[in-house]
Amino acid sequence: MSAWPDDLAPEAASILASAPTPCAATLPLLWLVQDQRGWIPDEALGWVVAATGQTLAQLEAVLSFYTMFRRAPAGRWVLEVCRTLSCELAGAPRLLDHLQARLGVGIGETTPDGAFTLLAVECLAACGSGPVLHVNGVPYERVTPERADDILTALCEGRLPERPEADAWSYPS
Amino acid sequence: MVVPVLTARFGVPGAHTLEVARRHGVYADLGRVLALDPGAVITEVTASGLRGRGGAGFPTGAKWGFVPPPERRGNRPVHLLVNADESEPGTFKDRVLLWHDPHRVIEGTLVAARALGCHRAWIYLRGEFKFLQARLDAALAEARAARLVGPDVLGSGFDCEIATLRGAGAYICGEESGLIESVEGKKGMPRIKPPYPAVVGAFGDPTVVQNVETLAAVPWILEHGAAAYRAFGTPASPGTKLFSVSGHVRRPGVYELPLGTPFPELLQAHAGGLGPGRTLQAVIPGGSSVPVLTADEAMGATLDYEDMARLGTFLGSGGVIVLDDTADLVAALANLTRFYAHESCGQCTPCREGCGWMARIAARVAAGRGTVEDLATLEDLARALPGRTICAFGDAAALPVLSFLARFRSAFEARVQP
Repeated sequence: MSAWPDDLAPEAASILASAPTPCAATLPLLWLVQDQRGWIPDEALGWVVAATGQTLAQLEAVLSFYTMFRRAPAGRWVLEVCRTLSCELAGAPRLLDHLQARLGVGIGETTPDGAFTLLAVECLAACGSGPVLHVNGVPYERVTPERADDILTALCEGRLPERPEADAWSYPS
Repeated sequence: MVVPVLTARFGVPGAHTLEVARRHGVYADLGRVLALDPGAVITEVTASGLRGRGGAGFPTGAKWGFVPPPERRGNRPVHLLVNADESEPGTFKDRVLLWHDPHRVIEGTLVAARALGCHRAWIYLRGEFKFLQARLDAALAEARAARLVGPDVLGSGFDCEIATLRGAGAYICGEESGLIESVEGKKGMPRIKPPYPAVVGAFGDPTVVQNVETLAAVPWILEHGAAAYRAFGTPASPGTKLFSVSGHVRRPGVYELPLGTPFPELLQAHAGGLGPGRTLQAVIPGGSSVPVLTADEAMGATLDYEDMARLGTFLGSGGVIVLDDTADLVAALANLTRFYAHESCGQCTPCREGCGWMARIAARVAAGRGTVEDLATLEDLARALPGRTICAFGDAAALPVLSFLARFRSAFEARVQP
């Protein structure tokens, strides 16, 4: 039960080989599981406990301490809207309202078809170009409700839209 | 016209690739620097007066000098952890720097590692910076293939491995001992100090945790000399700094300025000023954790460590949040208290409980359901925090509350019921 499945075993071994201690491999191993499975199923705790020497209780504590590890499946597209001060000033509440209305879900919920999960998160370090929306970790900046609609349209077609703002560091209005 | 120390390659197409970075001067001086005596590198950085740009402003050369020499550390290894956990609300400079100039950050890491006798460094990115990790990993792979990272860097005999690590969503991992705990695979709960990380850090070994922007300044200082660096800034605040400007300005962004620049120059000449017809109400000058300033205080301030201290606030991370007359300051404080309640790691009672209560009361006041007594309770809770927690998070959570209430009292009193 604690053996890594075949598809993850080589990468897990490589992470453990380069970690200064087995315990230090904990976060990279959890990321490996989540990146490959989309979430961290219970059976994965056995793999990580055996590999790192953490107790199950310690591992559960780590998992609940960090906000990004998911213990349940999420939608295909995870939408994270920053709501901290600079994004709030830039219109994050309006963006969150718009996304809730468009998707028909509340914050923290997944659409019935499993396509979208909507989350409100704290500062994403793009305060000059808010409101900021991360789609599966890819940042979109200055997301007006109109741009959010364009992004959703692209996602429904199965693609991440372009990010023309990626190389900017100054954002004239 | 200031010579850009940190932003020279912003906007240079492809500067994140090794070939273009090298063509624009990155790594050009590295071979010479690696041949220097490590003590001479620390001496030059100390002479430059460079201070940590993550927020605390600790003198960088002094920090490096605290690492015990091999004979006094039982030949334990030294670790260098590059703090790319950028999480302080209002701050987005390290993200921009890593995106545009990853090789300069790698070069700074190599120079610091050489000075510290460190052979293995990690760049710790916040969990949400997956897109930056991919960019950095690509840059590191190019550097490794060019023998700039790994064994025998540039034939100098100096070995240095650099790898990236990623957190998973926790503001507190930007605190250096919280970052160390996270690197060890644990919850990022800060440690009691002393011992300081320079003596007992990651895995029990001497460890230096250094902000991205700080390390990016180091190669320039070595190449041009401490005196050239001191030609920028003030005697107590030498050099240049990246300022992240957000909020009610017409051109938010990251701007490099010499320390000591008057705030109105940042606001008008760089950030484009306020919107038409708007007036300035308040400025948070150094990230959300530092005391807020009134418009008059800000317009009379220079952006350096000493003038911020004169005004009872801090330069912090250089995250400048501008609030014009349309801003609801009561709602702004409620937003920040919610942030700190969300991010308190929970190990110290005054912080765990106090942040939760402050957030609930501030939300109530912002919603117009608070009382005069709520304002007194808010202040009591905030006063109970500074100095009573393991790390500076308690101060960071309390200072916005205390400063908003002290400087903008009437806005709060107008919102509560008697």
